[in-house]
Amino acid sequence: MQFTSSSIGRKILMAITGQAMVLFAVVHLLGNSSIFGWLTGGINAYAEHLHSLPLPIIIGFRLALLALVCVHIWFGIQLTLENRDARTQEYAVKSTQKTTFASENMIWTGSLIALFLVYHLLHFTFQIVSPETAALSNLVPLHNEMVPNVLGMVVTGFKNVFVSLIYVGAMVALFLHLSHGIQSFFQTMGWSNDRSQPLIIRLGTLVALGLFLGYVTIPLTIFAGILKG
Amino acid sequence: MILDGKCPTGPIEKSWDKHRFDLKLVNPSNKRKYNIIMVGTGLAGAAAAASLGELGYKVQAFCYQDSPRRAHSIAAQGGINAAKNYPSDGDSIMRLMYDTVKGGDFRAREADVWRLSQVSNNIIDQCVAQGVPFARDYAGYLDNRSFGGAQVSRTFYSRGLTGQQLLLGAYSALSRQIKAGTVEMYNRREMLDLVVVDGVARGITVRNLVTGEMESYAADAVCLATGGYVNVFYLSTNAKGCSVTANWAAAKKGAFFANPCYTQIHPTCIPQAGEYQSKLTLMSESLRNDGRIWVPKKKEDVGKLPTQIPDADRDYYLERKYPSFGNLAPRDISSRSAKEACDAGLGVGPGGRGVYLDFEDSIKRLSEDTIRERYGNLFEMYEKITDENGYKRPMRIYPAPHYAMGGLWVDYNLMSNVPGLFVLGEANFSVHGANRLGASALMQGLSDGYFVIPYTIGGYLVTVKPGEVKVDNAEFKKSVDDVKATTNKLLNINGKKTVTEFHRELGKITWNDVGMARSKESLTDAIKKIPELRDEFWQNVKVTGTGADLNQQLENAGRVADFLEFGELMARDALHREESCGGHFRVEHQLPDGEAMRNDADFSYVGAWEFKGNDKEPELHKEPLKFETIHLAVRSYK
Amino acid sequence: MSDHKTMTLTLIVWRQKSATDPGKFETYTAKNITSHHSFLEMLDCVNEDLINDDKEPIVFDHDCREGICGMCSQVINGKPHGGQERTTVCQLHMRKFKDGDTIYIEPWRARAFPIVKDLIVDRAALDTIIQAGGYTSCHTGGVPDGNAVMIPKPIAEEATDAAECIGCGACVAGCPNGAAMLFTGAKVSQLALLPQGRPEAAARVLKMTAAASDCGFGNCTNHYECGAVCPKGVDVKFIARMNREFLKAQFA
Repeated sequence: MQFTSSSIGRKILMAITGQAMVLFAVVHLLGNSSIFGWLTGGINAYAEHLHSLPLPIIIGFRLALLALVCVHIWFGIQLTLENRDARTQEYAVKSTQKTTFASENMIWTGSLIALFLVYHLLHFTFQIVSPETAALSNLVPLHNEMVPNVLGMVVTGFKNVFVSLIYVGAMVALFLHLSHGIQSFFQTMGWSNDRSQPLIIRLGTLVALGLFLGYVTIPLTIFAGILKG
Repeated sequence: MILDGKCPTGPIEKSWDKHRFDLKLVNPSNKRKYNIIMVGTGLAGAAAAASLGELGYKVQAFCYQDSPRRAHSIAAQGGINAAKNYPSDGDSIMRLMYDTVKGGDFRAREADVWRLSQVSNNIIDQCVAQGVPFARDYAGYLDNRSFGGAQVSRTFYSRGLTGQQLLLGAYSALSRQIKAGTVEMYNRREMLDLVVVDGVARGITVRNLVTGEMESYAADAVCLATGGYVNVFYLSTNAKGCSVTANWAAAKKGAFFANPCYTQIHPTCIPQAGEYQSKLTLMSESLRNDGRIWVPKKKEDVGKLPTQIPDADRDYYLERKYPSFGNLAPRDISSRSAKEACDAGLGVGPGGRGVYLDFEDSIKRLSEDTIRERYGNLFEMYEKITDENGYKRPMRIYPAPHYAMGGLWVDYNLMSNVPGLFVLGEANFSVHGANRLGASALMQGLSDGYFVIPYTIGGYLVTVKPGEVKVDNAEFKKSVDDVKATTNKLLNINGKKTVTEFHRELGKITWNDVGMARSKESLTDAIKKIPELRDEFWQNVKVTGTGADLNQQLENAGRVADFLEFGELMARDALHREESCGGHFRVEHQLPDGEAMRNDADFSYVGAWEFKGNDKEPELHKEPLKFETIHLAVRSYK
Repeated sequence: MSDHKTMTLTLIVWRQKSATDPGKFETYTAKNITSHHSFLEMLDCVNEDLINDDKEPIVFDHDCREGICGMCSQVINGKPHGGQERTTVCQLHMRKFKDGDTIYIEPWRARAFPIVKDLIVDRAALDTIIQAGGYTSCHTGGVPDGNAVMIPKPIAEEATDAAECIGCGACVAGCPNGAAMLFTGAKVSQLALLPQGRPEAAARVLKMTAAASDCGFGNCTNHYECGAVCPKGVDVKFIARMNREFLKAQFA
């Protein structure tokens, strides 16, 4: 049986692509946190730094991310459908002992995250959602240069209660997804046993919580008026 | 008729090797032309089916469970003996043979026991190669423990799960052959009849337990590895589905039933709690390594909490009576002593049917953790069933029917008196004599399956033309018709009593009259009562449902019907055997100190019974037993 | 030991005449049950009442009634084997229930385990997985001495932990995905841990996991429900080990 059609092979692909995206999420958060000013010039400088990378690298990186997302979604849907099919009838009394809300709803939290990603890309990357605040068309000076005003775009965006809610909601989905996904990665790769597993589960949840808190701090501080444009 | 076991002659040390050489071989390219039926997939059946399939024979295997892995061999806890002498404590093939013959109270065939002892070593090697996870010591070598009836440490084990691990080893070998196509597996089939054509076993009739259909299978040889019959006592340590049905079907077709009165009552079982109880649970005899067995000395103490009875008021009766073996005395002796204590009114627990198995001293000596490490799963099991903590207060134990030493008569080649019918494992009578020692049943099952039948069956098959009889033979049709008639009869009685009620009543008769202590009076009583109950059964049993689908009541009814016939034979055998030996204890025949008194002059033979019909007395055939290597002696464990 | 109180319970039991029958729940009353009845003995009592009322008794798989054969298979109140730690249905006792309780009893539910009748399912698929490679290909006879290869005690112990599986299928019944990964992982791990099983380890894990998929079992998504419901306490670490063996097999 081919790796990509085998049960464990696909599970490993899910784990690896998922984990790669977690790494991206961590780096992305670190970059975004420049909005709090630890980098001279803040998030605008960070964005400018990314944009000044050679074009092939940017495109390659984006394509790689896209591939990860596609593989993860494709197999995620496939495996979920197969699993539904393998258990056709539910019990009259539902009483699970270890299964969590997060582990049971991976397909739904995953779908929410996917939808959010589309929105997020349209909002901040392609800047189609609210063109009047688009960073690309509102340049500001930085180090004697005119650069896109990412900060302004983000701050005006999150001043809107609906936008903030969408972001916070998506991060809740992300937290649930990762609280199962991170520890799951170690089990799938065969890197856990009875002694390490409880620790891995706790650490996985902790990392997921860290990402959640990190990400929601930005819209919340902006909405609360603590972080100003 | 005087039966001939066809044992090899000459020095016993060479007997099996010589016999193997003398046996004719089946040409490798001819093997696939021979069809062999294997009924039962326990240790003997699974091992035999796998080995025969691997040799190239076409094997059809049958079991009544949903998978061959569930045979009741799986429940054996303690271990398996082998004469490896790894601990260098003086063991040898000869000593294992000696212990087994002596343990069986000199009622087994020497040559068979020698062979068993010889191949015991191969069994361990075979199982290790299969990936059976035996217990290891810290250096990585195989570990041993001690068992009853032996003064050497020769028992190999895997926690309290030895039977499970060995059976799964045999099951895995069987699975490999099923995949290879040499063995066809038929699950959920119960053998209801043996088909004999012109005096030769040629096939079987089975009921498909899911569809209810009667199916015929023909073969060049039929092997029964169908286990023991102690469910004739209703409550036993056997699985609920264990029955005498296949063996009894063979007996009714002419196979002799040998020594049916030799039944083993295991000393360390959890006592019965109530009428509704459906089975008794055994706890490994290995518990007796560290537990001390006692009852109160005074009758007025039996109701007290055991912890309130001071040491001076306790009777450690096994240690008192058998100082050199103490709590590790053989099973028959330990069981009978427990019964004596309870009969004297000193029993504890519900109905006064229990004795204490106390770990207090061991816990003091070794710590609770050590005891937990050794027997944790048994204490857990005890607590699940009784809701009592064995670490805090002594366990209550009582003997329970456990194993059948008797079985269908077979010669040295494991073939019954019906040509083409072979009998393996507990289903035959051969090696345990009147009492089986602990950790010997697993040894026998695997010995018969892996290392005996693959050789001896060839010696028979070369004498027959393969595929001579097919299922279109009239005998198959007749067999199916007979079996259907019996089934329909059972379904149409529509009486007032359930199958279980009858089984329970039969159990009461057999347990009270043909149990641990038998007398002429009790046995005569059983021989009168069992046929009465049988008649009532055929008038008044109630079996619901139809024969055309899965019907557990019908399955049980058939099994109980057979027990109702077999039970009488068991009592008759016990009555005729005017001596006490091993598990067969006749109160008329005891030494002044209450020990079993054998009568070697008159009863040193195998009693094999020929079924003549329910209305006629069975006919006894004898196979004289000769003891040339191990000399007859009074068994003493003092 | 001394309580003589009896209980009366309401049972809601899945009844299904055959594989093709749609099946439905029926309600029964279990009377005069003591705390020392085992769960199956309680069902025996209900069945005796049913027979006396000329009704068809409930059929259920059982055999050894001491927790080792793996035959018994009931989901009690949504929990395979009733949810007591390291306990099969046959070892479950009524002292775990109270007078007046309502108990739902269902068969294992998974596509790979079609219902045969009432509470009995067909678990042949588990045999198929073992037949795909759950063995060492040693011949009868012609093997080295049992002590020829030493096995460190911790390895032997861990292999035994895996080998404790009784093949009851509770892991499948409990798994929301109807996967048999704990069953498969236990056998793969037992044989992968032992030196005797190493030569075939790579081929074995590939064949056995492929067989599980072919039988219609689902995929593992690490709910760990299987380990929680296993009556023998087989740990989900053996699934991790199987995954590792699977990865290794890709490079073998």
